[in-house]
Amino acid sequence: MGWIKKIKESRVWKSYFREEYDDTSRGRTRRILSNVWFHIHPAKISKKAINPSYTLCLGGISFLLFIILTVSGILLMFYYVPDVNRAYDDMLDLETVVPFGIPLRNIHRWAAHGMIIAVVGHMCRVFFTGAYKPPREFNWVVGVSLLLLTLLLSFTGYLLPWDQLAYWAITVGTNIASYAPVVGPKIRFLLLGGNTVGQNALIRFYVLHVILLPTLMMLLMILHFWRVRKDGFSRGL
Amino acid sequence: MDDEIAHKSDRMSVSRRNFLRTIGWGSIVAFLSGSLLAVVRYLFPKVSYEPSPSFKVQTPEDYEIGTVVVDKPHKVFIVREENIIYALIAVCTHLGCTPRWFPDEGIFKCPCHGSRFYKNGINFYGPAPRPLDRAFITLAPDGRILIDTSKKFSSDGRSYGEGYLGDWKDPRSYLEV
Repeated sequence: MGWIKKIKESRVWKSYFREEYDDTSRGRTRRILSNVWFHIHPAKISKKAINPSYTLCLGGISFLLFIILTVSGILLMFYYVPDVNRAYDDMLDLETVVPFGIPLRNIHRWAAHGMIIAVVGHMCRVFFTGAYKPPREFNWVVGVSLLLLTLLLSFTGYLLPWDQLAYWAITVGTNIASYAPVVGPKIRFLLLGGNTVGQNALIRFYVLHVILLPTLMMLLMILHFWRVRKDGFSRGL
Repeated sequence: MDDEIAHKSDRMSVSRRNFLRTIGWGSIVAFLSGSLLAVVRYLFPKVSYEPSPSFKVQTPEDYEIGTVVVDKPHKVFIVREENIIYALIAVCTHLGCTPRWFPDEGIFKCPCHGSRFYKNGINFYGPAPRPLDRAFITLAPDGRILIDTSKKFSSDGRSYGEGYLGDWKDPRSYLEV
């Protein structure tokens, strides 16, 4: 099993799983302290590193908005049916006849916009403070994946109101995807489940938006937060 | 290690432990990668319930000279000129929106990014990079016009994806009347 050893000695693996724990009291304690479930907080942290004027709390704001989006999104799911004959009417119902439907929908919409701003801001902050440099280089990679997932969640959510804006935005968006070399047209077909934006596309975007992408996002967030905490925050000047 | 040296001359020998381990991990990897391939294939639908790209419209006599008939469900514009009829595919060559026919101005305008096309499909304004495509057109045995939008003809004859057969000089891209 030489390749397992090779993986364990690779730069990517070591940037996530730094230590090997021996079977001593200290090793067992370290194992607990570095476990994301048992001990999400770091054992110690520099005061400067959590200074709001340094981090601007942009990562935290992104996470807070993600929680708001999850809660408001789950509530919206009680009224919204991803059927081409119903979706638009369900969206209008939420705005007109459902009690507190308008604020709920607006919370979801503005939190989504806010999350993009917060995530991009967080990325800028990490870049300008040099917090992406080793030993945190691969957490930057996870961060980029999270940015892409945030954008994909926005894109998939765009279609769901099933109005003119949604329809043509997805027509344009998937056509842009089809410009990718070699696999482009296949990706478009896969995304739409056909050649035009129709029922197949709506249900696909819905499943991606409410199940697949958020789950993926949560898994990557666990990895992201865990590494941020265990590496110690990069610190201000 | 000693075992390895002892068996070096005997090429057929694999220890029972290694054999079972390879079989075990091998079948797990084979199962998982097979499942992954199956899932990927599952996501590409085999049957489409979209309207057929091949359809019949009216007879050539039903189209007045100089008119453009908009066929919304099939997304084509049927253009009748003095000597020929052709079908323009109502898909903007920029990013795939549906241009709209304005009879008063005699042009097509795309609502998404403002591309404009003359009645003959040639672009003259906005981001559209080339004229609208023509669809395959022929006369069916019953005298009606048969159009197939899965067979396309670009103005310059170049292929811009699947199903491009030629340019506008190709006799399959227009109908003489």
